[in-house]
Amino acid sequence: MNLSELTIHEAHELLSKKEISSEELTKAVLDRIDKVEEDIKAFLTIDKERALEISKKVDKEGDFSNPLAGIPVAIKDNICTKDLKTTCASKILANFVPPYDATVCEKLKSEKAVIIGKTNMDEFAMGSSTENSGFFATRNPWDVDRVPGGSSGGSAAAVAADECIFALGSDTGGSIRQPASYCGVVGLKPTYGRVSRYGLVAYASSLDQIGPITKDVRDCAIVLNAIAGWDEKDSTSVNLPVPDFTKSLVEDVKGMKMGLPKEYLGEGIEPEVREAVLSAARVFENLGASVEEISLPHTEYALWAYYIIAPAEASSNLARYDGIRYGVRAKDSDDLIDLYKKTRSEGFGREVKRRIMLGTYALSSGYYDAYYLKAQKVRTLVKADFDRAFEKYDVIIAPTAPTPAFRIGEKTGDPLKMYMSDVCTIPVNMAGLPAISIPCGFSGGLPVGLQIIGKPFDEATVIRAAYTFEQATDFNTKKPAL
Amino acid sequence: MKISIETVEHVANLARLYLSEEEKAEMAQTLSSILDYMDRLNELDTTDVPPTAHIVPIKNVFREDVVKESLPREEVLKNAPEKERGFFKVPRIIED
Repeated sequence: MNLSELTIHEAHELLSKKEISSEELTKAVLDRIDKVEEDIKAFLTIDKERALEISKKVDKEGDFSNPLAGIPVAIKDNICTKDLKTTCASKILANFVPPYDATVCEKLKSEKAVIIGKTNMDEFAMGSSTENSGFFATRNPWDVDRVPGGSSGGSAAAVAADECIFALGSDTGGSIRQPASYCGVVGLKPTYGRVSRYGLVAYASSLDQIGPITKDVRDCAIVLNAIAGWDEKDSTSVNLPVPDFTKSLVEDVKGMKMGLPKEYLGEGIEPEVREAVLSAARVFENLGASVEEISLPHTEYALWAYYIIAPAEASSNLARYDGIRYGVRAKDSDDLIDLYKKTRSEGFGREVKRRIMLGTYALSSGYYDAYYLKAQKVRTLVKADFDRAFEKYDVIIAPTAPTPAFRIGEKTGDPLKMYMSDVCTIPVNMAGLPAISIPCGFSGGLPVGLQIIGKPFDEATVIRAAYTFEQATDFNTKKPAL
Repeated sequence: MKISIETVEHVANLARLYLSEEEKAEMAQTLSSILDYMDRLNELDTTDVPPTAHIVPIKNVFREDVVKESLPREEVLKNAPEKERGFFKVPRIIED
């Protein structure tokens, strides 16, 4: 077995017993990158020299008590890494080198994880296929003619292709879960406020959340342990005790009440995806859980409200890219306003401009009430749907995405079609809930993801259900042939 | 909702963007079709529904005003496209 195929917990065991070194593990991952990266293109930056240097340092210190010590990790390129280029896959930040670490990176470094590089994404996390990267598209390891999903497509593809042991992504409308589903790996969006957003380049601040993308559920719990917690530097992080999530790695769903929303299984959901999710429900029932059909009536409206709220927040957040303090500045401007406009027009890609325009329009005088305020009210209704369901159910199970990975270029011409691929994940962000995507089947040789949605700050139950399912099935052991 | 080229131009100016004629036409068309979908929200009666701006009920978050070390000036200016004598450099703003 190649060392790059190891999970965190497998690698940790070998490192602890000194059967392998972090340098060997890091080299194995870098060799794997050398071998497959030309086909996958998951990385924007590979920090080879520094990664090897750090792995040697960790080996020398010889303390592998932390579960992430010496483990190679890939970081989505919208999460700031000190002295390592962070571009958000945008030309406007092509040369940006952060002078500080995001809190999550600080935490990973203090656990002695080895950052090996920065992963590709849709520009500023706006997209569902990683085709909106300002640099190049990433390909799905299961079929290189298909997208890896997005916006954390580079992170999900890197984990699926064993180009890292685990990765971090960010999820605003499904950007961790949908690519995890398309690439056949595990991806968790924690509850809004569970993980600090300090150093995450903002897209839609009321929805963004950082989370793990891993090879199995145990790894997911290990990474969440490392990154969760209140942070003084993020005033929206929540000061609640963080349980040890590895304690939830228990094979037991007896008596667990699960809701299966009919809106997530209807029109637009591919039959094979529906079948895989219904089989997953039967697996849970056989293990002693009860599954009942429920209704979340505002599901479809959540999508449209999201495409007002997220662009509105984005139009404000992205106002900072003006070519003055950082980033790429356009040449030959006549005056300050001209400099702003030239810089932004040359630096932003098509989808980013589209969302800035949409958001600016929704917030502009005369339209604010009709669009932005209306969308916020609908957000209340979306959240109320979930509140009602969680009075009776412990978790909600659903598909992560309506279809498996689509073909590269299939949806780039039609933004609305692209937006629809997030219909199963967006409501969860609107309500701020935790949700995981785990492999639950295949459709035409492509992975299908099961989404398990939990109550606010109840990642523990989500992880327990996911772990129980994973132990009872073998979908997560399948690897793409590369 | 049909978005005109004039509206596109107005919003682009607010957003500090230049758009080519081709981009303007494309933007008018896609924004119109996206907003048509948004109008479906009007199927819902939200008269008595309060808006949700933020999912976590956080009010003002205060901390002690403690003096801490900030980033060194060189670090702050490191990413600046143009700088001069410890300042960010911008085009002339005040006319002669």
